[in-house]
Amino acid sequence: MRTVKLGLKSLMLHKLRSTLTTAGILFGVASVIAMLAVGEGASKQALDSYRDMGVTNVLLRSVKPPDTAESSSQSVWTATSYGLTYLEADIIAKTLTRAQVARIREIQRPLTHGENFRTTIVIGTEPAFLPVTNMQVAEGRWLSDIDEQRLSNVCVLGASLAEVLFPLENPMDKTVLTGSDDRYRIVGILDYQGRAAGASGTTYDECMFIPMSTSRRRFGDEVTTRSGGSFKRERIELHEIKVKLPEPEDVEMAAFILRDLIDQAHEDEGDVQITVPLEMLRKAEESKRMFNIVLAVIASISLLVGGIGIMNVMLATVTERTREIGIRRALGAKKKHVIMQFLVEAGVLSALGGFAGVLLGMIVPLGIEHWFDQMTIILPVHVLLAFSISAAVGVVFGIYPAWRAADMDPVEALRHE
Amino acid sequence: MSTADDRPIIAEFIDVHRHYAMGDNLVRALDGVSMQVQQGDYLAIMGRSGSGKSTMLNLLGCLDRPTTGEYRIGNRDVTKLDDDALSEVRGREIGFIFQSFNLIPQLTVLENLEVPLFYQNRVGADSRAKAEELATRVGLAGRLAHRPLELSGGQQQRVAIARALMNDPLFLLADEATGNLDSNTEDEILDLFDELQTEGVTIVIVTHNPTVAERADRTIWLKDGQVESVTYNQRHPAAGATT
Repeated sequence: MRTVKLGLKSLMLHKLRSTLTTAGILFGVASVIAMLAVGEGASKQALDSYRDMGVTNVLLRSVKPPDTAESSSQSVWTATSYGLTYLEADIIAKTLTRAQVARIREIQRPLTHGENFRTTIVIGTEPAFLPVTNMQVAEGRWLSDIDEQRLSNVCVLGASLAEVLFPLENPMDKTVLTGSDDRYRIVGILDYQGRAAGASGTTYDECMFIPMSTSRRRFGDEVTTRSGGSFKRERIELHEIKVKLPEPEDVEMAAFILRDLIDQAHEDEGDVQITVPLEMLRKAEESKRMFNIVLAVIASISLLVGGIGIMNVMLATVTERTREIGIRRALGAKKKHVIMQFLVEAGVLSALGGFAGVLLGMIVPLGIEHWFDQMTIILPVHVLLAFSISAAVGVVFGIYPAWRAADMDPVEALRHE
Repeated sequence: MSTADDRPIIAEFIDVHRHYAMGDNLVRALDGVSMQVQQGDYLAIMGRSGSGKSTMLNLLGCLDRPTTGEYRIGNRDVTKLDDDALSEVRGREIGFIFQSFNLIPQLTVLENLEVPLFYQNRVGADSRAKAEELATRVGLAGRLAHRPLELSGGQQQRVAIARALMNDPLFLLADEATGNLDSNTEDEILDLFDELQTEGVTIVIVTHNPTVAERADRTIWLKDGQVESVTYNQRHPAAGATT
């Protein structure tokens, strides 16, 4: 304790020099903690989003093929046809007998209830959608097989959509109007999910769900869009097929089969995209590992630089205080006492830097969350690690200067000016 | 050379040589010195530069070891001790006083006084009381919280003397203790040495200054690494006798 106090006193002899050296460690430690926090946050976000997609799922999605010269010169009257078909969904269901298959159609429609209005995606889907996506119904019920068979005009609302259309009343059994004539009776409301639907950036919470058969009957398979002065017609049967396998172990095989199937049916058209969340999860975990390695290297370098700074300062200190060392040796200090004194000094220097670095390193992620909207997670083990490494750096890089101090000939040291 | 009384011998050189290799030359810094320090002695070691004075000081202070010969402190042969053991001897048996005071600037007077005890794990309430007592003894009561640089040269040397007495050493070993002081202050410090001697403190002072040596009871004159002569001061029982 006395030695620590002594160390602090000696460091106070050169406030600026000690502060600057401390700053070297400070920024090293702070940047390590901050980087770890950002990395941890980012990878958690990525991993969570892949888990949301379902680790036992394979997702097939229709994507618009790149506009070719041929397609843009097509007449107004012929529709561009692409994407997944009902037939393919049937083949998938028959091939992967143990899998649950949910077909999805997405149609953009304005929805109204009284004064309230929202244009959103009307999802045509079937009962399997709920177990496949692992969503929960908050109120009422989900779409049933009977709805499907009867082409019922019923719907289930996403949580946000329900709030927009029915800010003040309970939406159950009320009706929603699409366009001017179609009325849908609300039979259920989903739990809040916070998950993206398709690729548009809309979340499932903002969607309305109706039976597949109803969607097909009401809206057909062709979509007409107006771009510039000309109309464009597109024919898409299914926007997405979600396949849920019973176990994660089945995913690899299923993905292989599905890719093969799609390759054969769509050749090189590139109008179907297959996403395997499990593969992406693994990739994300792999890249997290890589990130950690890179980080460890950066951390080592920055702490090495800090350590060299400490060594430099300690060597200068030892030279400057040669006479003090001589005096202490004459007054009975053994080599180990001298070593201790300078090691403690180096340790105090780096521990102070480490402590300040921990504080800064915990503040910086707050700023990152606030201004860059990036989730950060500070793990206590990271803080502990960064701090103890910094303290160790001080001691390790203090060893040589301390040894040099202790190894001086007391006679020479006393003669030193 | 023998002194005619039975005071115990506390330090003794027996045919001590100290040789250095300097390039191809062998420098015989000390070349067969024998001498004794008895309890209560006030001994001066005189000589011009190059006479072996500094080497003798270093050997007496256990900062260096003889090439051949024997050095005894108390009843103990310290010639062959290792570095740690020598540190221990310095810390317990010898009170160093230096020409340039050699206080540690970042420490207060009290902390400076406690340094010798610190290395023997004897710092505490007792050491503080002792520091206060000794500071009073050398005329620096109430200066314990000052830093060395806030004191005059004479005051700093008084602190150094008090520090040398902290561990109750067998003898004080002073190296040109007044070399950095003006003549008035020099007299004050030498008076203090006289007082300490009458209180029973053994003093060995290495100097080239005749004024300083005059105060001692006995002076060993060194020349070319050997004892040239020993002279006795008037006050000494064996005054006038030379060997």
